[in-house]
Amino acid sequence: MSNIPENVRYTETHEWVRKDEGKYTIGLTDYAQHEMGEIVMAELPEVGTEATKGDSMGGLEAVKTAEDFYAPLDGEVAAVNEELESNPALINEDPFAGGWLYAIKASDDSQFDGLLTAEEYKTHIGE
Amino acid sequence: MSIFVPNGKAQQEQMLDVIGVGKFEDLLTPIPESVHLKGELDLPSPASELELLKEFKGFAAQNSSSNLVCFRGAGAYDHYIPSAIDNILTRSEFLTAYTPYQAEVSQGTLQSIFEYQTMIARLTGCDAANACMYDGSSAVAEAALMAIRATRKKRILVSGALNPRTIDVIHTYMGNGDFEINEVPFGTDGLIDLEAADQLAEGGVAALVLQYPNYFGSIENVQAAADLIHRHKGLLVVAADPVALGVIEAPGRLGADVVVGEGQPMGVAMSYGGPYVGFMATNARLLRKMPGRIVGRTEDRAGNTGYVLTLQTREQHIKRAKATSNICSNQALMALANVIYLTLTGETGFTEVAKQCWHKSHYLHDRLLETNGVTDVFDVPFCREFVVNLPVSAEDTASAMKEKGYLAGLPMPCLGDGAMMLTATEKRTREEIDGFVEALDQYIRGAV
Amino acid sequence: MEKTIFQYSSPGRIGVALPVLDVPETAIPEQFRRKEFIGLPEVTEGQAMRHFVRLSTMNFSIEQGFYPLGSCTMKYNPRLHEFLARIDGLAAVHPLSDDSTVQGTLEIMYKLGELLCEITGFKATTLQPAAGAQGEFAGLMLIKKWQDERGQGHRNEVLMPDSAHGTNPATSTLAGLKVISVKSDKHGRVDVEDLRSKAGENTCAFMLTNPNTLGIFESSIEEITKIIHDAGGLNYMDGANMNALLGIVRPGDMGFDVCHLNLHKTFSTPHGGGGPGSGAVCCTELLRQFLPASTVEKTEEGYKLRDRMGKSIGRLLAFHGNVGVLYRAYAYIRTLGPKGLREVSEVALINANYMKARLKPYYEVPNDDGPCMHEFVASGAEMAKKGVKTLDIAKRLLDYGFHAPTIYFPQIVKEALMIEPTETESLESIDAFIDAMIAIAEEVDEKPHLVTDAPVNTPVLRLDEVKAVKDLCLVEPVEHEE
Repeated sequence: MSNIPENVRYTETHEWVRKDEGKYTIGLTDYAQHEMGEIVMAELPEVGTEATKGDSMGGLEAVKTAEDFYAPLDGEVAAVNEELESNPALINEDPFAGGWLYAIKASDDSQFDGLLTAEEYKTHIGE
Repeated sequence: MSIFVPNGKAQQEQMLDVIGVGKFEDLLTPIPESVHLKGELDLPSPASELELLKEFKGFAAQNSSSNLVCFRGAGAYDHYIPSAIDNILTRSEFLTAYTPYQAEVSQGTLQSIFEYQTMIARLTGCDAANACMYDGSSAVAEAALMAIRATRKKRILVSGALNPRTIDVIHTYMGNGDFEINEVPFGTDGLIDLEAADQLAEGGVAALVLQYPNYFGSIENVQAAADLIHRHKGLLVVAADPVALGVIEAPGRLGADVVVGEGQPMGVAMSYGGPYVGFMATNARLLRKMPGRIVGRTEDRAGNTGYVLTLQTREQHIKRAKATSNICSNQALMALANVIYLTLTGETGFTEVAKQCWHKSHYLHDRLLETNGVTDVFDVPFCREFVVNLPVSAEDTASAMKEKGYLAGLPMPCLGDGAMMLTATEKRTREEIDGFVEALDQYIRGAV
Repeated sequence: MEKTIFQYSSPGRIGVALPVLDVPETAIPEQFRRKEFIGLPEVTEGQAMRHFVRLSTMNFSIEQGFYPLGSCTMKYNPRLHEFLARIDGLAAVHPLSDDSTVQGTLEIMYKLGELLCEITGFKATTLQPAAGAQGEFAGLMLIKKWQDERGQGHRNEVLMPDSAHGTNPATSTLAGLKVISVKSDKHGRVDVEDLRSKAGENTCAFMLTNPNTLGIFESSIEEITKIIHDAGGLNYMDGANMNALLGIVRPGDMGFDVCHLNLHKTFSTPHGGGGPGSGAVCCTELLRQFLPASTVEKTEEGYKLRDRMGKSIGRLLAFHGNVGVLYRAYAYIRTLGPKGLREVSEVALINANYMKARLKPYYEVPNDDGPCMHEFVASGAEMAKKGVKTLDIAKRLLDYGFHAPTIYFPQIVKEALMIEPTETESLESIDAFIDAMIAIAEEVDEKPHLVTDAPVNTPVLRLDEVKAVKDLCLVEPVEHEE
């Protein structure tokens, strides 16, 4: 069974979103990192990039799979996890903390409430 | 029952029984009756091995070109092919293997590709090479697309002194309407006009693509071209002749970002244009943008060295619409011919072949210039190939030479009615060259 | 393990006797001269032969054993063809020869084109594409050009099922077209209603493999191709699975407008460890005028190479295609004749259905809906629940002396095992493979470590692909030689 913490929200495309001070931090769920296998490359957006909900913001590559990740909210990229450049496997090792991908300064906070709850995500992945 | 199908009526019936159908036709139920082929295909009746052999010998006899002494290049070259190459190529284990997806039972193919990548990288002066492309021209087109991906610009500059067939292929590969291709003219010396390139590069371009030695055999200033295009934040793509690289400097050491070319001169038969093999090499910064298969070294569970296909997420079977290229099947067996050729000739032999090509084409050039009325078209150093102006029609001359047993150089109508591009490989003897020059001289005397 | 060829090198050795230079030397100007050694190995012919023969023994090949790779059609490659393609008069021919001096080759190319048209039910052929993917590109560009010519250049969508080969979407991107994925129904066939809802005024083309990548014939093919035609698009058939249809159904009779053939699959030319292949494209009269350069015509003065046609989509390669491969395909069709070709497909179908029937008690076949065509897709999903992945099963098959099936494709089937026996396998070898598959299914329950530790009987054990990506080593490091 995957780790699905209650303190964050989720998307159908397997991102988690955490509400922090003034921004939203985004990462890949434990379920998705497990499905992908060891991640060997993370292509992240640049700080300042405009994000529109549903847009591809970058990609992750394992040995035999490559997946894009998508903006869960409208806004602007406020920070990216630069440690992933040298150690993308952090996404596998610590998906909900050290393996975060990037953060968005949202233009419409209400979008956050529309994201999946832990319970809904659990149903979505059939666990 | 055909010679390739071991399951005859007896086995077929037994198998249909296990399947649980009475007859073969019951397996065709998913196919609507309306599209079934009525009757049988209208094809010639089967030929025996002996009949086919006779038929093919008849075809071969119709190919008088194979008996001509060849002074024509323009992208395909008549080099000697050591006999050991075909011995290896026809070994079942290489010939009848599939793409090495199951690495543990494909180490032969994988290691030979690793060795090929190494040799191509060293020959071109680059950090890495891929497992090969279809041919030299499609490799150039793929390199241009690679530059577009790497720079995120949609315009490329193409040297007008690039093989026109390669220019065609670039246009075809970039024919989807998204890209702009500008041609850089060449000067009266046959070299690309770098000032014009500089102006054309204004506003940013993905790449400058040039040939080295260029289509006419003139030796471009790669370093200057690299400096120029790098100032404009573009990449330099060089289409190089591999044999020439035995004597002239490697483009990778002169600032080229991607080096591609046609591998046919390294142990592959001319075979009327294919199968050939394109090579592609680049520097470490760009290698993840390369199309095609790439082999990497790794270890097995016991720590033994082994080889696998790697960086596969670039490829179509994983990235699908976002892949670096649609290429799947490549020309692996021809790449194997290259690696065996480079092994057999080796450092000394390969360099010797390259030098002999240099000396023999220069000897041919000098002898031709002694002939009445023959002049240079470009007065710059050349390698591999050169263009002369005949005092008579080059087309007519080529036809006349054919009757005398020679495949003369290629007529170059774009450079004038008398323009002809010639080459002499290590295979040509002094006697053949002298004979050709004499025959040409005789023809010219008779014609003017 | 075999050392690399570089490790056998010692200065002064050479593997081929070259002629002595018999013309005066011309100095190579200093400014152009190569400054450093290339770094090629120096070995004798004997050393080279031993190295490459040793490498060869580490390869599995069709002449060594059963190669049930789905969608790859690993059939036997007749030996005669290797001899024919190497006859000097055919192999030693410059591509820019005068037509009158290459009549033999041009005749083979012309006749092969005619044969392929008859087999596919089309009217025109290009033999230039080097491989299936290049054939796909040529085919889509033909359609695009046709759309442009009739003022429908805005059509920028290509529809294809979600089970399509990876080359289909990659080719669409290269052709500048947007991929619209069409759902598969529960049996793995095109969901016709989904197709209908997605076909429209932006539809340029529809790409379909038939039989599809699950080995299932698209029974609604006439309706499907009509939907596309009615929407103003044309139908492209990916001919990768043509081995199922020879003499039974022709693409041109199913409403397709263009298709490519993999001569290295259906027409028995060897795969060579990844190529060369040939992706000949056949099409209707409508599209003939757009075919790539290098087509052969028959005239009163003999065969002529038309190296450029007015409205051609252009040139895919410098020259005229993988001609050596074309010789072999021509010989294959001539050997078999019409009855022999149909027998190829009949037996390919019987072999595949037999394997499916025998394996079904042991391996799930998720999309099973009556007879399959020349291949079928099983799933290792049940075994994955027990901790043994399809990858493990594939590796274990290597221990039993068989090549593995295609795995993890099509992606719409979990833990997919795509099995294609071809017609050139005997009942005995098919049974031996099935016995191995059954033995492995039992091992999964009783001794799963035998499967997850596999392979152990191969030249190397399971290789670390993660390490290969993380610690990239793509070339032999240069030693510092003096």
